[in-house]
Amino acid sequence: MFVLRLLLKNAFRHRLRTLLTIVGLVVAVSAFGLIRTILEAWYAGAEASSSTRLITRSATSLVVPLPLAYGDRLRSVDGVRSVSWANWFGGIYKEPRNFFPQFAVDAATYLPLHPEFVIPLDQRIDFLRDRGGAVVGRKLAAKHGWQIGDKVPLIGTIYGGTWSFTVRAIYSGAESSTDENQLFFHWTNLDETLKKRSPTRRGAAVGVYVVGIDDPNNAALIGARIDEQFRNSRAETLTETEKAFQLGFVSMSEAILVALQAVSFIVIVIIMAVMANTMTMTARERLAEYATLKALGFGPGFVVRLLFGESLFIAVIGGALGMLATLPLAQALASVAGGFFPNVHVSPGTLALQAAAALVVGGVAAAWPAWRMSRIDIVAGLRHVA
Amino acid sequence: MNAVPLSYIARNLWVRRVTTLLTALGMALVVYVFATVLMMSEGVKKTLVDTGQPDNVVVLRKGAGSEVNSAVSRAQSAILETLPGIARSADGMPLLSKEPLVLNNLAKRGTGKPSNVTMRGVGPTGYALRPQVRLVEGRWLRPGSSEIVAGRGVARGFEGVQVGSMLRFGGRDWLIVGLFDADKSGFDSEIWADTEQLMQAFRRQSYSSVIFKLADPADYEATQARIEGDLRLQLEPKPEQQFYADQSRALSTFIGVLGTSLAVIFSIGAVVGAMITMFGSVASRTGEIGTLRALGFRRSAVLMAFLLEALLLSLVGGVIGLAAASFMTTVNISTTNFQTFSELAFQFAFTPGIAVKSLLFALGMGLVGGFVPAWRAARLKIVDCLRAA
Repeated sequence: MFVLRLLLKNAFRHRLRTLLTIVGLVVAVSAFGLIRTILEAWYAGAEASSSTRLITRSATSLVVPLPLAYGDRLRSVDGVRSVSWANWFGGIYKEPRNFFPQFAVDAATYLPLHPEFVIPLDQRIDFLRDRGGAVVGRKLAAKHGWQIGDKVPLIGTIYGGTWSFTVRAIYSGAESSTDENQLFFHWTNLDETLKKRSPTRRGAAVGVYVVGIDDPNNAALIGARIDEQFRNSRAETLTETEKAFQLGFVSMSEAILVALQAVSFIVIVIIMAVMANTMTMTARERLAEYATLKALGFGPGFVVRLLFGESLFIAVIGGALGMLATLPLAQALASVAGGFFPNVHVSPGTLALQAAAALVVGGVAAAWPAWRMSRIDIVAGLRHVA
Repeated sequence: MNAVPLSYIARNLWVRRVTTLLTALGMALVVYVFATVLMMSEGVKKTLVDTGQPDNVVVLRKGAGSEVNSAVSRAQSAILETLPGIARSADGMPLLSKEPLVLNNLAKRGTGKPSNVTMRGVGPTGYALRPQVRLVEGRWLRPGSSEIVAGRGVARGFEGVQVGSMLRFGGRDWLIVGLFDADKSGFDSEIWADTEQLMQAFRRQSYSSVIFKLADPADYEATQARIEGDLRLQLEPKPEQQFYADQSRALSTFIGVLGTSLAVIFSIGAVVGAMITMFGSVASRTGEIGTLRALGFRRSAVLMAFLLEALLLSLVGGVIGLAAASFMTTVNISTTNFQTFSELAFQFAFTPGIAVKSLLFALGMGLVGGFVPAWRAARLKIVDCLRAA
């Protein structure tokens, strides 16, 4: 008890210094948490994927389309329950910075394959009936103020011209991880419009096939069966689980992810230097006191405990406040960058890492002064004027 | 008596070496992050801007934005060929290249994860339009064959890309016969194949883009008006340099904004560190401040002395951070440019502008961190100081 009281008194002897250190800790710990949250949001698409869906795409790359005729052949593959398809549309809503994903999908098969998009029945029927219709995510609709019946104009980049869709349904996610920032419209709309525009050319080809399977355990086997079907054809395929497909996108920006990861540790090292400085200054000023304690008969272990205790105490306060600050900051980030990061939330793992980082900072900061102080010569210490 | 001598200021930092070093280290790390991010953003920009030639023009489908999205039909490209103002080669052929573009998944070296590599179909004029590209190994591909040549960035970053090995795509095997160096431009991240062979392999009916060289760059406006005024074309020309600069914009802005905001947040930590150090410096030298004042140094001189001490401290941090960052220029990185959806290899680019910005950033931290303590030192009363000593 005595140690604890001494420790508390010591910690707040230099109120301004302790306060500044805590401010630094709060900034560092919350920045660390925020970066970790962004990193996790990057992987959110993969986390939200279903294990009963496979994605079949061209073996060359995503931009090479597959023939529409593959749909029927896919359905006949053993283990395949249902088949749907989608094309990335890549349109611009007013300005490029309003980015959100848009897909032309075969709605009649796509929606049953994706039960995580929850749509009221009447809206669902309205959407299926209207070829010019679109279904949009709840968050996306809220962000741009779209109501049912509104027209949404998109400027095509892959498919040229201005396209206009009528919002017929608004979906909400069944789980918290479901992306509510997407727009889906009818693939037949895309196909027919392209045919109308240039009758001599083919319509749209398929971007990717989404394949529903019975048993997630057979995913690899069914994938291999599908790719075997189309081996040595004009358009060879590559089939992978939805999760692997999503992770493919994540790994494309790997260099940036690694850099972010490194940077998140740099901020911890920065605050470590700041805090180590605080503790060094503190210890130097109290040299005479520690010498006195030793002269009174306290062992070197006592001084060490005193310094570590004080350092950890400050680190815990700063760390806790930093963790608390992360939550509203992540909220703010989500509202700014919702189009790119659909699922920003602070995970328990992040909080644990933050706590660990704060404790490590507190421990490391006290190490050097504690070692010095435990070895001070009593006479020299008493002679020293702080 | 005007100013406190600089040697006095510098010595104060030296006396408390550990504290000085720790504080400077904190600042150095912030400056390091700040400088590397600027270098990364600059590297992307430089790589792509260097890709364009000042007198080349790129023509894409209206609204396409990038070559991957674009399509130019054979008929349209034939019309472009008849445009006046296009430079001609020694044998009288227009310097115009019709190029298809396909993205191909290759496994990255190290991780084995696939990423998109740009495959470009080129003809003889394709080389003439890009004087910065030169062969470094093997030979150029024979026209009309399933041979390909790869850029150095691709060979460095992807598995199995070397002279003599085969790549399989589009239903056939392609032999790599050479490697080329594109002088650190975007072409380093591309693989080149024969135009017609590539189109045949992917059943393409149209090219992705048409690139031509103007006989006189001043003619650009007139040429643009001709292309946009022709209703058959529905195409959009752009000077090549501007085209590639536009391609770098999103990525370099993204890196720049993300990194700078991180550096600014981090700097709060370092500023706090500087403040703690300077407050400590003031507190432990109260007696000295009193003596200085008693000797006739003015308040402003004391303020300047502590402010300079803080600035010197931050300068040390800034120089250390900058020195560490300058080593990054030897590192090659590559990432997907989502504007083109393909891999782009680039290097950290160190410019004098970045050095100046980083040092100013460091001095800014010193100023913010040092001002309040210096102000407090200057406000102290002589009597109180001398009594405290």
